[in-house]
Amino acid sequence: MSRAAQVSGSIRRRLIGQLVLGSAVLAAVLVLLVINLARNVAQDTQDSILMASVTSILDTMTVRDGEISVDLPYAALSMLGNVSEDRVFYRILADGQLLTGYDDLPDPGAPGREGGYVTAPYAETEIRMATAERRLSVGGTPIMVTVSVAQTRQGLMQTLAQVSRVGGAVGVGFFVLAALLAVLTTQSGLRPLRDLAGAVSRRGPKDLRPVKGPVPQEMAPLVTSLNSFIDRLRYSLSRSEDFIAEAAHRVRTPLFTVRTQAEIALRRVERPENRAAIKEMIRALDESSRAAGQLLDHAMVTFRTDHLEKEKVRLDELAEELVDRLRPVADLRDIGLSTQSAGNPVVQGDAVLIENALRNVLDNAIKYSATDSDVAMRIGQQGGQSFIEVRDHAGGFPEGALHRMTERFARGDNAGGTVGSGLGLTIAREVLEAHGGRLTLENKGDGACVTLWFPAS
Amino acid sequence: MRFLLVEDSMTLASAVLDRLRLDGHVVDHAPDVEQARAYASAADYDLILLDIMLPDGDGRDFLKSHRLARNETPVIVLTARSAVSDRVSVLDLGADDYITKPFDFSELEARCRAVLRRRGGGASTVQRFGDITFDPLAGTLCVDDRRVSLRNKELRLLEIFLSAPDRIFSKPKLVDRLFSYDEDVSDNAIEVYVGRLRKHLAGSDVEIVTVRGMGYRISRA
Ligand SMILES: Nc1ncnc2c1ncn2[C@@H]1O[C@H](COP(=O)(O)OP(=O)(O)OP(=O)(O)O)[C@@H](O)[C@H]1O
Ligand SMILES: [Mg+2]
Repeated sequence: MSRAAQVSGSIRRRLIGQLVLGSAVLAAVLVLLVINLARNVAQDTQDSILMASVTSILDTMTVRDGEISVDLPYAALSMLGNVSEDRVFYRILADGQLLTGYDDLPDPGAPGREGGYVTAPYAETEIRMATAERRLSVGGTPIMVTVSVAQTRQGLMQTLAQVSRVGGAVGVGFFVLAALLAVLTTQSGLRPLRDLAGAVSRRGPKDLRPVKGPVPQEMAPLVTSLNSFIDRLRYSLSRSEDFIAEAAHRVRTPLFTVRTQAEIALRRVERPENRAAIKEMIRALDESSRAAGQLLDHAMVTFRTDHLEKEKVRLDELAEELVDRLRPVADLRDIGLSTQSAGNPVVQGDAVLIENALRNVLDNAIKYSATDSDVAMRIGQQGGQSFIEVRDHAGGFPEGALHRMTERFARGDNAGGTVGSGLGLTIAREVLEAHGGRLTLENKGDGACVTLWFPAS
Repeated sequence: MRFLLVEDSMTLASAVLDRLRLDGHVVDHAPDVEQARAYASAADYDLILLDIMLPDGDGRDFLKSHRLARNETPVIVLTARSAVSDRVSVLDLGADDYITKPFDFSELEARCRAVLRRRGGGASTVQRFGDITFDPLAGTLCVDDRRVSLRNKELRLLEIFLSAPDRIFSKPKLVDRLFSYDEDVSDNAIEVYVGRLRKHLAGSDVEIVTVRGMGYRISRA
């Protein structure tokens, strides 16, 4: 019955995908920001130490006896050297002429009053250099002194690498956490949808009440249209039940009229050939009304099994009632009906359907039995299963064709002139199968033994 | 027996009336629920035969009001619906039994008998002939102080004979009434049941006489 819809994409996968991608981008941006910030902070620190050294050198420069004297404050420089393995260089120029230090340090450009910084390759590595100027008056002439202090950047690079590692780890951690959250959020966000699907598919098939339970606002339109669909379904179901009933009425009433008139005619007619003809007519009428009845019953049974509605059914009570109904018919042919029940055979099922299945089986037992015989019914439990067994003394099913007898329209050679359509056992089997049970046919002794098996409930 | 038939289709109703009268029953016909109520309250019927698809009110309404009016007359519903499709069983609405159209009239008779037996009515149906007493409802035959229970076919056969004592019934006619049309029985099958009845009647002044080439009749010795 249930057919899967055509699937295109998954909300869950799409949501998770988008959320994970988003967190990946966020994590990358975060890592870049952290690294950049760290680089700036480290650079600023180095710069300010370098500039502090430059300023302290400039401060110690004095003019003595018309000469510029430099008193290198080793404390400042060694402070630089102590920080790391980095090497320190310096240079002091007076009006562009080297006073002391490394002459081949890169050109500082125009450092201005505030001082300036450059990063440049030097001595097979990279250095950071701070430079500042000051004007000194030597014998009345102003002389511009320029002091540069430089340091290699290994320490800085190491710090940066470390920061990057930590930053990367934090980024990955962030990403994993965010992805996990994305999955969880998606899961819980989709729960109302799953709950709704579950609630609808868990329902009994005849349960056509509207869906009620609280749903999130976004799902309200879905539930509304689902409910209106259920409404339409309920309407069309009741229509088809009525249709089948109406069809039965239309077919059976005229047949009944003709049959009754034929019975009357038979009473009045004397000549054997006329009587035979009328009997043949009645037989044909019975055949067609039986066929119509069984076809409609079969349609009804198929319809009901498709929408199986289960309730507690007591097999012994159901069987007793049915036997009471059939007894007048059995009496007509002096066939005794006996029932015997044991245990507490309660099953979950549709009582109308089960009754119809049993009726078809009992109907056969009565129909195929000779006058003056007995039909015995036994109701009980075996191995957790409940059963109704019907035994007769009617000679049994045709040997060899036994397994075929539950097929549609299958009739045995033993049916002879007995009216029937070959649907009785088909109906019974379909009812049992719809209930998760089975119908077994056997020949026992001088008759048939048909058993309706119901699963343990 | 006295029947009220509630049936909207005229052709069907007249056929059923003819058929029931053939068996010696008295039948009135009401074509709708309205008239059915009038008939039912005016006369005493043994049984009401109610068609369930009537133009005014589906016949179920009649059942309900019939029960509400505390009318004790049993009702047998004639239905064309299959039991599978009936969402509310007519038995729950107070019918005594139902029978699905089309049916054999011997089945209807059997059901009527069963309903009347259940209702405990029918003392009036006891028949006396010669020195035998026959109660078709209980299915018993009393000869002297001997009481025998008759099987169904014996009972119906005796009933047919007693409906017209001294009249000759041919074998084919008796077969018609005792067996259904799809039972492949020869006319001689009737001999078995005549034989059984004769055994039950032994010692009484009633006998079943074979009329050569014609059939049987029941007579007092
Ligand atoms: N109790 C029985 N004893 C012997 N044969 C049986 C018995 N029940 C069924 N059969 C055989 O099985 C065949 C199929 O039975 P089934 O009830 O399906 O159809 P049917 O009785 O012929 O028609 P219907 O649909 O009117 O019941 C019968 O035609 C008959 O040959
Ligand atoms: Mg059958």
